[in-house]
Amino acid sequence: MTGSTTQMTLAQGLNAGLRQALSDDDHVVLLGEDIGALGGVFRVTDGLQREFGPRRVVDTPLAESGILGTAIGMSYRGYRPVVEIQFDGFVYVAFDQIVSQVAKMHARTRGKVPMPITIRIPVAGGIGAAEHHSESPETYFVHTAGLRVVSVSNPQDASTVLRQAIACDDPVIFFEPKRLYHVKGDVDPAVDLADAPPMSSAHVVRPGRDVTVVSWGSHVATAIDAAEAMADDGASVEVIDLRSLSPWDADAVTESVRRTGRLVVVHEGPRQVGVGAEVCATVTERCFEHLEAPPVRVTGHDVPYPPAKLEGHHVPDLDRVCHGIDQVLGRVPLDVLTGVAA
Amino acid sequence: MPSTTDPRTRDRLSRAGTSHEASVDSAHGGARDHVPAPTSLGTTPEGVDPGHGTVRLIDADGVRHPDATYDRWVEDVDHAALRDLYEDMVVVRRIDTEATALQRQGQLALWPPLLGQEAAQIGSARALESDDFVFSSYREHGVAHVRGIAGADLLRVWRGVTGAGWDPHVARMAPMQVIIGAQALHAVGYAVGILADQGADAERDARPAPDAGTAVGQGRTEAVISYFGDGAMSQGDVAEAFTFASTWTAPVVFFCQNNQWAISEPVSLQSKVPLVERARGFAMPGVRVDGNDVLAVLAVTREALHRARTGGGPTLIEAVTYRRGPHTTADDPTRYRTTAESEHWEARDPLTRVAAHLRSEDALDDDGEARVQAAADAVAAELRAGVTSIEDPSWQDVFADVYAAPHAELAAERDAYARYLDGFEEGDR
Repeated sequence: MTGSTTQMTLAQGLNAGLRQALSDDDHVVLLGEDIGALGGVFRVTDGLQREFGPRRVVDTPLAESGILGTAIGMSYRGYRPVVEIQFDGFVYVAFDQIVSQVAKMHARTRGKVPMPITIRIPVAGGIGAAEHHSESPETYFVHTAGLRVVSVSNPQDASTVLRQAIACDDPVIFFEPKRLYHVKGDVDPAVDLADAPPMSSAHVVRPGRDVTVVSWGSHVATAIDAAEAMADDGASVEVIDLRSLSPWDADAVTESVRRTGRLVVVHEGPRQVGVGAEVCATVTERCFEHLEAPPVRVTGHDVPYPPAKLEGHHVPDLDRVCHGIDQVLGRVPLDVLTGVAA
Repeated sequence: MPSTTDPRTRDRLSRAGTSHEASVDSAHGGARDHVPAPTSLGTTPEGVDPGHGTVRLIDADGVRHPDATYDRWVEDVDHAALRDLYEDMVVVRRIDTEATALQRQGQLALWPPLLGQEAAQIGSARALESDDFVFSSYREHGVAHVRGIAGADLLRVWRGVTGAGWDPHVARMAPMQVIIGAQALHAVGYAVGILADQGADAERDARPAPDAGTAVGQGRTEAVISYFGDGAMSQGDVAEAFTFASTWTAPVVFFCQNNQWAISEPVSLQSKVPLVERARGFAMPGVRVDGNDVLAVLAVTREALHRARTGGGPTLIEAVTYRRGPHTTADDPTRYRTTAESEHWEARDPLTRVAAHLRSEDALDDDGEARVQAAADAVAAELRAGVTSIEDPSWQDVFADVYAAPHAELAAERDAYARYLDGFEEGDR
């Protein structure tokens, strides 16, 4: 740590990270809908247009594909665009520009044209929002070569990892869990990035001996709650905040599972081909002889994100995570999906 | 369920204009320039004010101005009909006020108010036939009301219990659309389907018919209307919708409510020219109308629908209005606009001008006004009763209707979740 710490919300941590990045590099520009006078619908860019001017904090027309397409052109010109997609469900309008253009540019130009674009996306549900405001689209982007994908779970990471993403010469999909925007924590907004843990590293946020629970974003908190509940039940649960989904820190996870012998992955996105599937497959390959139980996934269902009144049945909560942990501990029967017809 | 036979749809108004032989080109920007000078666009703190060239039949003071082009489209609108339009506007404003209150009381998760846009929505929706189809954004509660969607159905989505508050095929109105501008293309596709039906009918009619006399689809004159806002004009989907509709001569009306603001972004950020000018580049007629003048909106929409029904293709209508409330109940407009601006638009209220006009014609008195308010009170009471009658969905609804045909993997997931829930004591779920 190189500066003093202040208590901030996660949204304020992001704001501090953006302010630092704008100060450090005058090629950093912010693009998005309502990010200027309004400061973004979640106030993440609050005050930044006043401070850095409308040429660096730019309200764009209402067109997500347009935002990403012009960010590509600005990257050609040497800028580092930081794009705000107002809500997760709006990013699909920009999907072609991200997947076909941003992700492939470095490879197709043999490195001549990097795309140092950071794409900030408020993500996931649990806040009683309207349709298309609670999506967990991480798999699409993790599946796309050329994109880095990160998700933060606390105010300090919000500030530091955002600065790392902006400084990175690759395009970074930066997920901000909406339900954590108002969570508070101590933040040093001026951390020396050279001393900070790499953006792609996972963190063990709670050590344990019996079970490894892997999550990221908003469900790190759910996993910690579950670990505390299970401690009262005589089980020692290690919680890993994956932080980066592409690349993901398989070394950290496998090291942990070799010790605990049991793995539970928690995420809100659908189960099918979710990031949890990748983590479970890799751990099975690397730790087969260490496993005491099949890895278990606790995820959102394979359904369109349900209306607000039903999201409690969809979003993994304390009980469902504990149920997953109980399964790998053999306390309840493994509930593998049965009856799936060929 | 809503019914298109609901008396509130009052087809009387929608049919009235169709007997006119209107020129397809009567709204072209040539002979009659509906386009004010670009300098007037969003350069004042008040935002865009309807300027010269904007169709207006009743001004803000309630004075009726004759219009050589558009009077004939509303010549059937007598005092009684205008009173009905006024009542519609009072009712939907009351619905809006009630829903906003219900959101504040925790009965709704969110509400996007229509306050200020009553004339744009009522005037256009009353121009529709019951078999026309509507693809709207999320703020067209007034349109939904006119389509016969009442009470709980209007609020279901905003209470967070479902993705669609009504059966789109019954109401002939798609569920509200959140993804800005996506519905413009849906409207074009529906319109192309109408054309395809007509083509199939024509082919069938040209053949020696084995079952002569059925004459399926003969004389169909359905049309489609798509509602979106000034912000949506920047979306690629809307530009693509214009292209498809124009080159295919689709029977569709693009109804843009320019309410000056896309959340915090003024319309000047979306366009350097009046939005209606976009039409020219797509070879569409474009007409700019005072969106706070219900009679003018009715007139221009009838004309555009008539054009669509008679093979004239799409029209872009820019209804210049103002979103007097927040974007949604989660928004705080004091961060980005001024009180002076709000006052400017309050003086151009869509309701007071009609009331003033009717009173000046001795067509509305205090008793009449009281009857209108009583009607609004009744609808508000129905709405309030409706929202509390909405049942919470069950956990099974999470898994329902994801696919039309059985899906084994999802069925297994549902069963696993049922087993998980079975592990809880009754009442703990």
